[in-house]
Amino acid sequence: MTTKKVTEHSQDELRSQIMRIEFFFEFLRTVLSIVIALGIVLVIVAFITDDPLKAIQTLLMGPLKSVRVFGNVIELAIPLTFCGLAITVIFSSNRFNMAADGAFFVGGLAGACAALAVPDAPFMVKLFVGLSAGFGTGMIIGLIPALLNRFFGAWELITSLMMNYAYGFFVRYVLNRVIRNKDSISIESHPFNVDMGKLFTGTRIHYGLIIVLVLAVLVYVFMYKTRWGYALRVTGKSEKYATYSGIKTGIVILGAQVMGAAIAGLGGAVEMFGLYQTFRWTASQGYGFDGIIISTLARNNPLFVPISAFFLSYLRIGADVLNRSSDIPAELMSAIQAVIILLIAAKAFLSGYKQKAIVKQSQKFAAQGGEAE
Amino acid sequence: MSETNYLELRKITKVYPNGVIANEDVNMVLQRGEIHALMGENGAGKTTLMKILFGIEQPTSGEIYLEGQKIEIHNPLDAISKKIGMVHQHFMMDENLTVTENVILGMEPTKGLSLDTKKAREMTMEIAKKYNFKITPDKRVMDLSVGQKQKVEILKALIRGAQLLILDEPTAVLTPQETEELFEQLKILRDEGHTIIFISHKLNEVKHICSRATVLRGGKSVGSHDLKDISLAELSKLMVGRDVVREIEKQKAKPGDAVLEVKNLKVLNDELVQVVNDVSFKLRKGEILGIVGVEGNGQRQLIDCVTGLESEYQGEILIDGKVCAHSNGVKQRRDAGLNHIPEDRLTYGVIANATLLENLISNTYDKKENNKGIFMDDKKNSDRVTDLISRFQIKTDSKHTLVRMLSGGNMQKVVAAREMSTDMSILVADQPTRGIDVGTESFIHDRLVEMRDKGVAVLLVSADINEVMELSDSLIVFYEGEITAYFPDASKVTEEELGLYMLGLKKMKDEEIAEVAK
Ligand SMILES: Nc1ncnc2c1ncn2[C@@H]1O[C@H](COP(=O)(O)OP(=O)(O)OP(=O)(O)O)[C@@H](O)[C@H]1O
Ligand SMILES: [Mg+2]
Repeated sequence: MTTKKVTEHSQDELRSQIMRIEFFFEFLRTVLSIVIALGIVLVIVAFITDDPLKAIQTLLMGPLKSVRVFGNVIELAIPLTFCGLAITVIFSSNRFNMAADGAFFVGGLAGACAALAVPDAPFMVKLFVGLSAGFGTGMIIGLIPALLNRFFGAWELITSLMMNYAYGFFVRYVLNRVIRNKDSISIESHPFNVDMGKLFTGTRIHYGLIIVLVLAVLVYVFMYKTRWGYALRVTGKSEKYATYSGIKTGIVILGAQVMGAAIAGLGGAVEMFGLYQTFRWTASQGYGFDGIIISTLARNNPLFVPISAFFLSYLRIGADVLNRSSDIPAELMSAIQAVIILLIAAKAFLSGYKQKAIVKQSQKFAAQGGEAE
Repeated sequence: MSETNYLELRKITKVYPNGVIANEDVNMVLQRGEIHALMGENGAGKTTLMKILFGIEQPTSGEIYLEGQKIEIHNPLDAISKKIGMVHQHFMMDENLTVTENVILGMEPTKGLSLDTKKAREMTMEIAKKYNFKITPDKRVMDLSVGQKQKVEILKALIRGAQLLILDEPTAVLTPQETEELFEQLKILRDEGHTIIFISHKLNEVKHICSRATVLRGGKSVGSHDLKDISLAELSKLMVGRDVVREIEKQKAKPGDAVLEVKNLKVLNDELVQVVNDVSFKLRKGEILGIVGVEGNGQRQLIDCVTGLESEYQGEILIDGKVCAHSNGVKQRRDAGLNHIPEDRLTYGVIANATLLENLISNTYDKKENNKGIFMDDKKNSDRVTDLISRFQIKTDSKHTLVRMLSGGNMQKVVAAREMSTDMSILVADQPTRGIDVGTESFIHDRLVEMRDKGVAVLLVSADINEVMELSDSLIVFYEGEITAYFPDASKVTEEELGLYMLGLKKMKDEEIAEVAK
């Protein structure tokens, strides 16, 4: 009996050592991917400018140049986190519904319209009505491809992408024909007078940051700590198994798409009240697609989504600064992003070394009698 | 033997990426033209060793010699070029392709740029004829029975010129007749000079067909033996390290009231053929009712309807007198106390890409006692899983290991542990011990009998007719979608007699059959 206990105990120990090795390599790989990607950038930049080191420095340190610019990083990370969370929820049902992009876009419009509809209401009421409108609109936008799939077998990926296209026309129509301020020279709505206020003076960081961080925790708790989250994860991993277990997969899949798109819709409304006085989007911001990158980088863990959103945002702003201070096109950033993401996502990178480290550990352990009977 | 060995594995060690040592200094020697058994408990490392030989996994250390030459096998193509072929424990075929297409996949004869279908078909037929395999070249693989699928897998290896054939638990899924047929074919192959490695947990099969056996225990080889010199008992002792008792001990059943009732069940398949034709029966508390029949006679569809996986049927299924819903019916049946060990463990039995913990709580996670308000009670779930792992002797390094990293038999134990451990009134056990080693098999049998004695009604299906006959209290025979015989006392039936009913050569009178629905 006692010997068995010992074996179990040492098994745990081996396991935790192996987990440490795995963590170490994960970390190493992320850092190395970034370094390698930057190396590649350095080479490319060297061809374009005379002073590549300066360019790299601007790219990396640019966002830290001033409080205002760093504020931009956080400010951009907010909508990216919303969309990253949306995609994480939707994709965990194993359905590739791209409604998040449309939901964010139309969610912003819905928020603005709702606020405009109750011009004389108190601030809190307006805010609540506006955010609810964004959330609700997101739900509907997520629901459409889901239902089309349920009843006609249409592939969510296709229908949602097509719908996103249609939303572009819809939003421009509403902006031009319904809510446009005729007295303004630019294309914008009347002011809706909902300003969430800034968190820090000297920046444009707004209270949306708090909302989205709380939301990330909520999504995590939902997915990993509640039975509904469990049902969702099981369904996403194997629909057949879920059916066999008695999970009502139809509802679960529908629910995930609706909730995910609702998060994006809410994000659109938050963005509207955090950064704008009037509605003026004539095209989608494309954050919904960034959400896919973010969710992948975060390994579909809601708690990592804000971090990877911050990372992506930092790169973007750095590129922006570089673009303004030199002759390097911002498009270059897309290429760099691609390289970094590829390297991080590529599981095989460094896996040989990882394997060797684990093998060594495991054999050393066995030799010490960890396996003794 | 004076001549050089055909194949020799020397000091093979394999450490998996997660640190599990699956093989440790394993040695194995094969002579040309022998059928050699590879034996060992679940998780002993048999499949791993064979994957190394077939180039799917790379050894951490060790050497392989083929006809005296040291070789390295980097991938399956390498293995094939060295005339090694493998039929996997879990088949690897494209179910949507036809038999011919699967057999010639990757070596398609072409006419210009397109596939020469006629030639492909000829090639397939030719090889099938050569080895006396009866196959249907134009059928889709998904429409085949397991036995036929297996033949296709063997042909796939043979047509690529395999001289050494690795068969990983080929008989686990076969009926006795199919096993017999397979053995005939293996003997032909052996006599032609093929060498065969045969993995099985069924000792008498091994004794019957193999000449020598290599035994693995806990990843190490504990020796090779001439099967003429060793008894079955000694062999199992070698594998397990202790004596194994295989007798099923059970008292006579004391059946109670009916809990499950199937009334006039009719099922059409996709081709609108009536595969279950007006079947009625009752399953009573404290009774094990066995269903026997040659595969493809409607048992599968019957089980799918009873468990709620299939919703397209006519007739009624009642649990405790309450009619079960057709669509979305699984949850309702589970809540009413029906548990189900499914036949196909990889599709329905487990999620390969989820952890043991996630797999083992799927039928209890939503119970009130396992949740605290809106949160799952992680501690309780985790404790329960730890307990299941130790009680069912699931070999794993942790409960957070992915199920796909378990050995075949250990996956099956996961399914059995989950489905046999909650309160229930009915257990549908479809091939409950498929691929499970002798030690654990008797453990599961004992549990089944114990549950019966506590009043659970068990509906048992198994390809292993001995298992059904030994365990069941009463039996029904399925033939062409109908019940053709009912034996209220299973101990009074002989295998021969069952065979006659299974092959449709005999049928009971309707009144006799109707007894089962009374
Ligand atoms: N891909 C993998 N990653 C990690 N561990 C693995 C992997 N495949 C197998 N193992 C582990 O290696 C050990 C040996 O497994 P293997 O499949 O070789 O057993 P086996 O003898 O074929 O058993 P069975 O009779 O159940 O099929 C087991 O402990 C198993 O959990
Ligand atoms: Mg195996």
